[in-house]
Amino acid sequence: MTAIYGLYATPDGAQKAFDRLRAAGISENEITVMSSEPLEEYQFGSRDRQTVMPWLAILGAATGLTAAYFLTSLTQKAWAINTGGMPIVSNWTNMIVMFELTMLGAVFATVLTLMKTARLPGRLPKFYDPEISNGKILVGVAAPNARDADIVEGALRSARPEIIKSV
Amino acid sequence: MNLETDNRLTEDLLRPVLHTTRRFYVAVAVFSSIVLCGIATWGYQIYNGMGVTGDNWPVFWGFHETNFVFWIGISHAGTLISAILRIVNATWRRPVTRCAEVITAFALMIGALFPLVHLGRPWLAWWLIPYPSERGIWPNYRSPLVWDFFAINTYLLSSLLFLILPALPDFALIRDRTTGWRNRVYGFLSLGWHGTPKQWHRLESAMHIMALAIIPIAISVHTIVSFDFSMAVVPMWHSTIFGPYFVAGAIFSGIAALIIVMALLRKLLHLEAYLLPLHFQNLGKLMLTMSLLWGYFVFNERLTTWYGNSPHEMNVFWSTQNGKYAPLFWTMVICNFVIPFPLLTIKRLRSITATVIASCGVVVGMWLERFLIIVPSLSRKATSYSWGAYTPQWPEIVILCSSFAAMALLYLLFSKFIPIISIWELKVGQHPQMKAAAEVQDAEAAGELI
Repeated sequence: MTAIYGLYATPDGAQKAFDRLRAAGISENEITVMSSEPLEEYQFGSRDRQTVMPWLAILGAATGLTAAYFLTSLTQKAWAINTGGMPIVSNWTNMIVMFELTMLGAVFATVLTLMKTARLPGRLPKFYDPEISNGKILVGVAAPNARDADIVEGALRSARPEIIKSV
Repeated sequence: MNLETDNRLTEDLLRPVLHTTRRFYVAVAVFSSIVLCGIATWGYQIYNGMGVTGDNWPVFWGFHETNFVFWIGISHAGTLISAILRIVNATWRRPVTRCAEVITAFALMIGALFPLVHLGRPWLAWWLIPYPSERGIWPNYRSPLVWDFFAINTYLLSSLLFLILPALPDFALIRDRTTGWRNRVYGFLSLGWHGTPKQWHRLESAMHIMALAIIPIAISVHTIVSFDFSMAVVPMWHSTIFGPYFVAGAIFSGIAALIIVMALLRKLLHLEAYLLPLHFQNLGKLMLTMSLLWGYFVFNERLTTWYGNSPHEMNVFWSTQNGKYAPLFWTMVICNFVIPFPLLTIKRLRSITATVIASCGVVVGMWLERFLIIVPSLSRKATSYSWGAYTPQWPEIVILCSSFAAMALLYLLFSKFIPIISIWELKVGQHPQMKAAAEVQDAEAAGELI
């Protein structure tokens, strides 16, 4: 058995199932919830909020800035043209390129962090149900052992799902 | 939101994606034909040289550069407005954001094409890419054209990501509701999205950070486009006001384009239940603000030039006030200020039709504004022996028309393959807490109506 899950028509029903599973001794990390929209008002939807994404975006920005500085200054130094005594590395104008690459670094770092932490691209979980796209909310437990399977099914059933499936 | 409403909303917004009407094919055929004409004309221009255009000494920048600045300006509609509305958490933004972001992506692509169109030998465009050179060409980071390269590409990449990332859940929705090739294509595009709370949080965090990053990028892009002009010592170009003046004009024209697109989508895709009069009213008020700001910048620019009374600048100044270019200048003022002001100020007049009329005026007016910035200054340079005239030729006019057709075609195809309104964001807007917040915001907005 890969998973047992219930499909709920309302977020309240899904919250109830989530609460019953926890009351039955299933840890939060073992419970999987999937929905077609974010449901942050509910406890099950407000898990996993902590993220280092903003810090990584700043790191990406710093990387972009450093890369831009070296791109512009090293390129200009590589060509020893006569600038009539003016500095060959023109930081005032290079600042525009530095700004753009700084922001691009922040954007790329953000997107890469999203991809990595949200596991995208990836395969659909084996117990993904297309009914989620019809507004149903999936609450389930992946790979429960034989002893827990009955407890999980009982907890899910007590919250009145539209359907319970084992896969 | 109950399941029935939820499913009706999904059905409504997926209908244009899943069902194709004959009207769609006709529209695609018409716009494709115009675009093909434009491409053929560009080929004609490449084959015969730039002599077939109206560009001639001393006016080497004409319609193509006007189109470049115009389309980059139009691109400010989308991602910038969407990012601002996202950051201030304007609840009414939800049906508008994607419509706007699409404009940015395509307007930037079309705009960025015009410097290539203007090149006599476009196959050498890659020389502009500033990598440490092995070809004996010194990459000049002091050149505004190189700044353009960085700014436009940064904005384009960021805007595409800003557009595509929130579309992942909608791709997943289509994946689950289709079979066959559509299921495979949308399955690939959705990248395995399955909607766990972690995925939702990460997506929303990413969108928030990107919104914060994109606002300065968008402002920098049009400031840098303005540097193409203001860094040159040409009469009425070398001005410190050009940066903010261009940004204000860009947002102004962008909002106008967005209103026109929204009105067309509302009518053609039957989205009356989602693109509400409220959206047009709010965008109309934003456009009115930008119209006033634009008028303020024009007044500032003109007054300081007139007061300074520099002979070189006054030649250009009078050519636009009562000379050769005066009809275009006053048409621009009528389109950008005289028409929109009453239509958008008087609450009774601020209907969908009126905002669309005002927007059409603004699009025409802003194209004229770009033309009037470029051509009169080049045709009246500092020394009178370098005076000349510019008359557009048919290839430039055909290419201009085809750029509009290209925008329509790309938009049409996009709305065929991707829901033009973000379904999941609209559903979030229906949550009880969000609805309550929206009602408060609407009441506040109603209270401040003129």
